[in-house]
Amino acid sequence: MRVALLIAAKDLRQRLRDRSAIMVAFVVPLGLAFVFNATLGGISTGGTSFRYGVVDEDRSQVSAVFVDDVLPAVQEGGAIRVRTVASEADGRRMVADGELSALFVVPAGFGSAVEGSDAARIRVIGDVDEPTGTQVARSIASRFAADLNAVRVAVATVAAPGETPTALEALVQRAAATATPVEVVDVNATTRELDTTTYYAAGMAVFFLFFTVQFGVASLLDERKDGTLSRLLAAPIGRAPILGGKLLTSFVIGTLSMGTLIVATSLLLGAHWGNPLGVALLVVSGVLAAVGIMSIVATLAKTSEQAGNWQSIIAVVLGMLGGVFFPISQAPGILPTLSLLTPQAWFLRGLSDLAGDTGWTVVLPAVLAMLVFAVVTSAIASVRLDRMARL
Amino acid sequence: MTTPVLECRDLRKAFGDLVAVNGVGFSVAPGETYGLLGPNGAGKTTTISMIAGLLERDGGEVLVEGAPLTTTSVATKSAIGYVPQDIAIYPDLTGRENLRFFGRLYGMTGDDLARRMDEVLQVVALADRAGDPTREYSGGMKRRLNIGIGLLHRPTLLILDEPTVGVDPQSRNAILESVDQLSAAGMAVLYTTHYMEEAERLCDRVGIIDLGELKAEGTRRELVSMVGERDQVLLALAGDLEGAAAACRALPTVHHVSTKDEHVELVVDEARKTLPAILEAVSDAGAAVRSVEVTEPDLEAVFLQLTGKALRD
Repeated sequence: MRVALLIAAKDLRQRLRDRSAIMVAFVVPLGLAFVFNATLGGISTGGTSFRYGVVDEDRSQVSAVFVDDVLPAVQEGGAIRVRTVASEADGRRMVADGELSALFVVPAGFGSAVEGSDAARIRVIGDVDEPTGTQVARSIASRFAADLNAVRVAVATVAAPGETPTALEALVQRAAATATPVEVVDVNATTRELDTTTYYAAGMAVFFLFFTVQFGVASLLDERKDGTLSRLLAAPIGRAPILGGKLLTSFVIGTLSMGTLIVATSLLLGAHWGNPLGVALLVVSGVLAAVGIMSIVATLAKTSEQAGNWQSIIAVVLGMLGGVFFPISQAPGILPTLSLLTPQAWFLRGLSDLAGDTGWTVVLPAVLAMLVFAVVTSAIASVRLDRMARL
Repeated sequence: MTTPVLECRDLRKAFGDLVAVNGVGFSVAPGETYGLLGPNGAGKTTTISMIAGLLERDGGEVLVEGAPLTTTSVATKSAIGYVPQDIAIYPDLTGRENLRFFGRLYGMTGDDLARRMDEVLQVVALADRAGDPTREYSGGMKRRLNIGIGLLHRPTLLILDEPTVGVDPQSRNAILESVDQLSAAGMAVLYTTHYMEEAERLCDRVGIIDLGELKAEGTRRELVSMVGERDQVLLALAGDLEGAAAACRALPTVHHVSTKDEHVELVVDEARKTLPAILEAVSDAGAAVRSVEVTEPDLEAVFLQLTGKALRD
């Protein structure tokens, strides 16, 4: 163990003097998490509010639900700011000037269309420079329209044949009044879903983890190229401590990188990682899985450059499949199932479970899955690494 | 009789169909410098890789201070200081950090390690650059540190694999002087080279290796006599040329005398020992010596005779 620690300490000293390693382990993932958060994170965090205007040309009971109930409810979540605009022309000008991200126009006849059988539409006029804000506005309008449709179906289903118009209108109004307001809210403790900031902070951390842990194992190839491997083999030490030192280096760098990113994204971006013990278990098991997988890849290469290239490809493929850039669980087809073949997906799933429950034990399935990755890949890698540590 | 520091017998190693080492065996005594002389690809590095426990051997035995050594031996390796042919140091670390790391690998700690590092840095003349990253060192400085690391733990057997390849003459001289001093201090040295001059200058005994086989071994003199080579002495004379030639012929260590122009050419045993007697005989014969040129048969000639090719072919 003494020798393994000695070798790991030497490797860490070398890595800390390598600026590119610092960039990959700490700076780039933090930077990307910041970029993703800045562009996509405002919806959930309230840090960035989209500015909307609304023109009610209908002034019906139904349009009032949208203007007075739905939009204020969303605004309360902090994700949007809504102001009433006198006319569509004014609203269009404000959008063009960049004062508004998007404009809702509830056209005249909207309410009667809802109560009748005609199609009812809320128009959204968006700023071309704010596609995300426009998309969110469309979503709010679509959700409201879907709720109205649900009401119409409900009314049609429950209304008895021969019901008087007055009774029907009362039924419609009662149903409309109970329509669920659209909500865009921060994740709370019961949704088992990460907020955008935490999602991208975790995604980038676990994505770059697979680059970070490359250094330890692949350095065995550097030792061979530089001739220092022969010097290590000539020393009065076994091969196992040499390999142990390399794996330990990967583990320490990976853990340091993850730990630093967790602290940094919490303090700088407001990410909510969840129960510390649960997060720690996820980090340790995730790092072990990453070390195992990257070790196998390194053992297939003849040079550290080749190993780096292959490891990068594997890291990107597993990262994308694991959902570090977008929630793969929302993807169609077999992708969500395939993603479970990656430690990244389990890591993010574990964090999501933590977001929905304060107890650390909820991460155990994800931890177990990642430990299985770690054990299997490390066992294969050990056999191949032992061959690598020979002349 | 003292136990050899190194004894290897019948070493064998093949890489597929290529037999790299075939039945090599020799021993190195305490304080002795043994040279393995052979061209590139002769099997020198493979041989010492097996001796240092880096490479599995197909057959044979290696004993270091009487203890068997294999690739998995741990304690026995402590007796060996290994200096690989390639410069094997960490460029990101300083000279001192490199020494400290390898010293600790050999179990050295604390004051002993610190003192020994200072000593070694003095020996390899790097004390003033010890704090610099080794990537900033010149080729010669890296070579010297490469050797210093091998010396650090006070090994009883120092294995140097072509330590002067690619080194400027000044650094080369410094390295050869260091090896001389270490040998004089009692360290057993196994030195591989394809430079005949280095083997002649440094080594008490030389093993000539080619195509994985040890063709011959012995002291330089033994090797030379093994192939029947004698020294040549060329005298430029003034005066009685024939009288001088006749006087030389009368000397028992002179085997052949010929004259040409104002020169007398002699074939003798051990010219350096015989030369005073030759000069005295020439002088007594009434000739004046204007110049003397001695040509001793060298290991290059021996190698040529044993293998049918030159060392640098």
